[in-house]
Amino acid sequence: MGIIEVSDLSFFYGKFQALKNVTLSIEKQKITALIGPSGCGKTTFLRTLNRMNDLVEGACCQGQVLIDGLDIYQKGVDLLELRRKVGLVFQRPNPFPLSIFDNVTYGLRVHGVQDRDVIQERLRWSLESVRLWKELKDSLDRNALSLTGEQQQRLCIARLIAVEPEILLMDEPCSALDLFATEKIEDLMRELKKQYTIVIVTHNMQQAARVSDFTGYFLLGELVEFGETTQIFTAPTDRRTEDYITGRFG
Amino acid sequence: MTIAVLFFIIFFILKKGLPVLSFKFLTTNPGEMGKTGGIFSTIIGTIALTVTAVLIAAPLGIGSAIYLTEYTRENWVTRVIRFGAECLAGIPSIIFGLFGFILFVTKLKFGWSILSGSLTLAFMILPTLIRTSEEAIRAVPYVYREVSYSLGSTKWQTVTKVVLPSAMPGIVTGIILSVGRSIGETASVIFTAGSALRLPTSIFSSSRTMSVHFYILAREGISMSNAYGTAAILILAILAVNLVTYAIMHRFMRKYC
Repeated sequence: MGIIEVSDLSFFYGKFQALKNVTLSIEKQKITALIGPSGCGKTTFLRTLNRMNDLVEGACCQGQVLIDGLDIYQKGVDLLELRRKVGLVFQRPNPFPLSIFDNVTYGLRVHGVQDRDVIQERLRWSLESVRLWKELKDSLDRNALSLTGEQQQRLCIARLIAVEPEILLMDEPCSALDLFATEKIEDLMRELKKQYTIVIVTHNMQQAARVSDFTGYFLLGELVEFGETTQIFTAPTDRRTEDYITGRFG
Repeated sequence: MTIAVLFFIIFFILKKGLPVLSFKFLTTNPGEMGKTGGIFSTIIGTIALTVTAVLIAAPLGIGSAIYLTEYTRENWVTRVIRFGAECLAGIPSIIFGLFGFILFVTKLKFGWSILSGSLTLAFMILPTLIRTSEEAIRAVPYVYREVSYSLGSTKWQTVTKVVLPSAMPGIVTGIILSVGRSIGETASVIFTAGSALRLPTSIFSSSRTMSVHFYILAREGISMSNAYGTAAILILAILAVNLVTYAIMHRFMRKYC
């Protein structure tokens, strides 16, 4: 059984149905890529996994999402704890306009960690995990907005890691970065999967092929096909998947 | 044309006022109703009144702005609040003075005092504060809030730790604009803070602000030169306030654009 078990999940924005009966299982400490054309529900799906869609007016969700065996749409679920456990990396790097230190330790502060030693240790460890510690350890009070795009994206990942999540959701994390930076972030993802389960939404099929272990193909809110990445890219069983990955469409 | 008028006014006031200015003028109390002596007590009165007014109005204004932007969706309640604030902004200051006089001075028996004056001023600057804070808060990118929630913060933590710090330069600009307005306000202050020339000792003492002092000196023909001296200080103070605002705005722009 996977760390995330989704069964028969449908999602509505008002009357528009963005997800149609999605069922899939995501394995622990693997990278799962979700591909598909724009507006097909990948991002919506990703955001149902930590209930970020709750913030959208008129959104409504049916079906079941189990994370670590817990139904996250059940009443009385601790949303704050869920979002700590399931972190989200956004499309564009979006550090707060605060210092590097404040950015990384933000999550700790909101979760009430006050012990200075713990904060220092987590700060160092998060920045080390994203390979930023050496570059930035002497300039922690610099404004985070002065970093390069790639550094900012790394910082955003560090900000998540600081609160010790189990699952990292990444919503096209490289779309605002150049090729070189993309490669480095992909390396980082391979590194991170030793500890975390990663679900990544991407427009870029090559990226999915390069980094992921499993791939799911979304089309118009439907999960058309899901399987091991090598299988999806070499021997897709569904005609529509084949059309997409061979570039005939999308 | 606008610039010409502005420079003419500043030049005229400073030309008449600067010769009167001296360290002594700033640091001695007025004597013989203002004919002799300086304007020390009126400077203190102005500062006391302005600071108290801002202290009262800022939490209210920022609170309303937070409520309007973060805690409600657009509906009739927010429209009524905004409409109310706009109406408040459009009321002539003499009406505020009369209102403050009736409510604070007589009904609540605060008398002519810094308290009554600053409460009245607080109402006058409230719309500006709400408006500027609201705009500053709205200018904070939505994604900051999303990030904050996605890290597991509550709404309140998001507002106090992310939204307000990011909006701070804009909010401070609003506060400074209000300070400028309070310093220059005359009509409502005469009615509510009175025009005592003594140095105020508590928020219950009556006090005269610089602009009121100027008005009385000029109107009663007590001493035109001292009136111009007061006006010069007033203009310089407001100029300083505006320059600070400008500097802050400039930094704010650099940070986000």
